[in-house]
Amino acid sequence: MSAFNGRNRSEPAISTASLPDIVFMLLFFFMTVTTISNNELLVENELPMATAINTLDKKDRLIEIYVGMPKQELAKTLGNALRIQLNDQIAQITDIGPFVLQELSKKPESIRNFVTVALKVDKNVKVGMVADIKKELQEVHVYKVNYTTHQGESGNQKF
Amino acid sequence: MPRRKGAPEVNAGSMADIAFLLLIFFLVTTTIETDAGLDRMLPPIEPPDQDVVIKQKNIFTVNINKNGQLLVEDNLMNLKDLRKAATAFLENNADGSCTYCKGKKDQSSSDNPTKAIISLKNDRETKYSTYITVQNELVGAYNDLRNREAQRLYGQDFTKMEADYLNPETPSAIRDDLKDKVKRIQDMFPQKLSEAETSTN
Repeated sequence: MSAFNGRNRSEPAISTASLPDIVFMLLFFFMTVTTISNNELLVENELPMATAINTLDKKDRLIEIYVGMPKQELAKTLGNALRIQLNDQIAQITDIGPFVLQELSKKPESIRNFVTVALKVDKNVKVGMVADIKKELQEVHVYKVNYTTHQGESGNQKF
Repeated sequence: MPRRKGAPEVNAGSMADIAFLLLIFFLVTTTIETDAGLDRMLPPIEPPDQDVVIKQKNIFTVNINKNGQLLVEDNLMNLKDLRKAATAFLENNADGSCTYCKGKKDQSSSDNPTKAIISLKNDRETKYSTYITVQNELVGAYNDLRNREAQRLYGQDFTKMEADYLNPETPSAIRDDLKDKVKRIQDMFPQKLSEAETSTN
């Protein structure tokens, strides 16, 4: 025992002076690659996978529409049918047209022609719903859409 | 009391704790951006002024039923064969006007890539992920052909050229150069993907 104690006493303490630097580096990394999620998701939103995809424009040129089942903890108040979320509210399908026009009018005139509607649709949603949304968009003459997906092979899918 | 030589040292031991706290805050409140997807232009809702007559052989119909099965040109098909079939249809080149196509010149299939149209029909009950996977394969077929031509003409992939062209950080001199190249490849295989109305049964 005494032999161990003797050795321990002579060992220098590890310097932790650079620990803050390392943590700050991590912090800045996360600050740059992530974005603050400005609206809380009320619906399940697990995006499908695709490989032949284009990267989206900047966030200010996007209008986002979320579609999916209500989150489990909200199922009591929202029911268990498909729901559409616009910004932070649950909406009806007929609200999409006015919502998109309203969002469009908030954008500066110079980028209005480049605005894309990003359809963030849960992968378990039926296509009929998506078709209805597309029809609403056509009615307000907004034709540029993007089916937002994750990148990757959809290998384990059943057909 | 004699003054010390320098200012007293600040204890920076808790700096790491503060930084960790900030780090954890950012980890919790932010999400990594999912900023990619399939771009699509919707057709205008007004019907065109005159009816356009399209020969049946220039249309490649893909039907998806509610179980996610594919009916391609009236034959049941596996998803993994779809890209190949679509590619073969697009560059079939029956009238011989397309000099860069390597198709079989089958008279019962499409005339040339500018006339070839892919028509996608789906059931209302089809799952969205199936629908996206099928669209992905069809866009992939276009990308394969465009990549091949871009490799032949310019020695690089079309998808990379297009991404560079659309990226605002690319210097404008390179972008102007890419613009014509991208346009040329796009005109070689124009993406004509029609989404018909969904059916209810």
